[in-house]
Amino acid sequence: MKGLQIVVLGSIVPDPLQTLEPIVGPTGPALKNEMMLPAVLDPWAGHALFEAASLAKRVEGKVYLVALGPKAKLQQVMMSVAQKVPFEIVVLDGPASGFADAAETARALAGAVEKIPGLDKGKLLLFGGWQSASRGTGAVLSMVGELLGITDQFQGVDEINVAEDGSFTVLERIEGGSYQQSSCQGLPAALGWATGNLPEPPNNPQVGMANMRLIMPALQKAVPAPLKGEGLRYQGVEVPSQRRETRIVKNASVDEIAREIADWIRA
Amino acid sequence: MNVLFLAHTDEGGSLGAAAMEALGAAKGLGGSLPIELTVGLYGAEVQAAADQIAGCGAVKFLGVAGAEFASARYGSDASACEALAKAAGAELIVMPATSRASRVAAGVAMRLGAAVDTRLTGLVVEGGKIVATRWFYRQRMVGKIERDARPWLVTVDTGCFAPVAAAPGTASVELLRVAPVTRTVVTGINSPAADAQTIRPEAKMLLVAGAGWGKSQADGQKHLDEASSLILGLLHATQCSLGSSKSLVDQSGEGAALPFLTHMHQVGQTGSTPRHQKGLSTCCHGEEPHVVGWRFINERRAINLDASCGWAQGKADVLYVADAFAVVDKVVELLR
Repeated sequence: MKGLQIVVLGSIVPDPLQTLEPIVGPTGPALKNEMMLPAVLDPWAGHALFEAASLAKRVEGKVYLVALGPKAKLQQVMMSVAQKVPFEIVVLDGPASGFADAAETARALAGAVEKIPGLDKGKLLLFGGWQSASRGTGAVLSMVGELLGITDQFQGVDEINVAEDGSFTVLERIEGGSYQQSSCQGLPAALGWATGNLPEPPNNPQVGMANMRLIMPALQKAVPAPLKGEGLRYQGVEVPSQRRETRIVKNASVDEIAREIADWIRA
Repeated sequence: MNVLFLAHTDEGGSLGAAAMEALGAAKGLGGSLPIELTVGLYGAEVQAAADQIAGCGAVKFLGVAGAEFASARYGSDASACEALAKAAGAELIVMPATSRASRVAAGVAMRLGAAVDTRLTGLVVEGGKIVATRWFYRQRMVGKIERDARPWLVTVDTGCFAPVAAAPGTASVELLRVAPVTRTVVTGINSPAADAQTIRPEAKMLLVAGAGWGKSQADGQKHLDEASSLILGLLHATQCSLGSSKSLVDQSGEGAALPFLTHMHQVGQTGSTPRHQKGLSTCCHGEEPHVVGWRFINERRAINLDASCGWAQGKADVLYVADAFAVVDKVVELLR
């Protein structure tokens, strides 16, 4: 099927290598020095974006990234993401916090998707991560799908194959390392991606320059999306103190160690 | 408070372990709060499942059953859950965090105008209010939340709540008629062969294979065939589940490491955080982002050549400073 419109929902998260410490902010919990922390595109959103670009290339489709986050941080992250694959971006200027309410986030994103010029739901694939490295509810994509009237949804997706008539097959992760295979007669559909099968694309400066010509104006036109979190109260957020007293076994023979481990496994 | 326990039946028509734990979570609220429990079940057949928990104290059993609800599919499952929730009129809806229920929970909440929180690890009553516990930023911090909104739909993680102890009997199920809207057909389940299965959620132990297995060893050579044989040997001997670090999975995807590893094995910041009683990490290295992979492992031991490894120091109960190739070989021999 040609002319697919693939809308990817995704935002930024703190670089996983950073130390994260919760604090109490004026509107609820937040991360200490949140605006100073280096950020990256959420890993699952990244998989979705790269799969979207790969699919769009095969079917002459177009990829939109709809991102809700602080636009200054988004701009920083897009400097590198833009070099990976071609896409247009729609920016909502608001918090990318893991403590924001998923439903409120979904409503803001759904509104932004609806306003994409020329959006044809008969050619729409809504992509996103099935999890995230922030809130990790696995809820936003599904709720956006519902708000857009999409009743064919898939989660934990690692593969999609789209046929010429718009029907497609999909592989979803289920328990025990198994896949559920489904076929769907047509679009629109929402797919929450697991890791997919594609490696991260290498940087391509030409793609980056082409993307940035659209990304910078989109950032300037970012629509404010303050999330109020009404009705949601945090009693507290903490980093669990799980430091264990580690017994270090040095200079023991392989036989001794193996015997101790075998006994422990059997116990 | 009206509480709805909402769950799907499994292939055999009964309720699985995750559902029994979710029912335990819902029932557990009754210790501190007067609750009226309704059971909502959906699947190909629901009577056997209702009979399985007939003595759970529910005031009502609702069901949506039929061939079109046999498979885990968004359109049909969401329609069933929506109908059950509306019929129950519950203020709190508790679902298990299985892949099937998780696929529809948020969408159903949106249809109901409900608040939603997923993968809860705690659900208690404090000061007359329901307080939910869940993890944020990939299991790096834990928070307690309250919600004003009702209904409130939650999914509860497996391994966090005691399964309900309900006497079986004969339940009277009120069946609802639901016409699902979907264009999706489930065409099959691709499962690894029983002797090739390496991910076992029900296993007692998790074996975590780190990047060290794919690196050059003391002789300057990589020993990938030997590493594969040892890891599979330990899996076979213990019937444990296998997890891996992202770096080793990535190497495997490029054909440079262990052929049986996929991204489904990945644990940690960008993978899963499975729950098992015991965990044995081998050749792992890294700091906090990687260590979250065994956040929910109770007893942890590690084999590593680096005594100061951040994966193990302060995170494991025992760290064996040794060559994992030699130790695992011997452990497999002892366990045979």
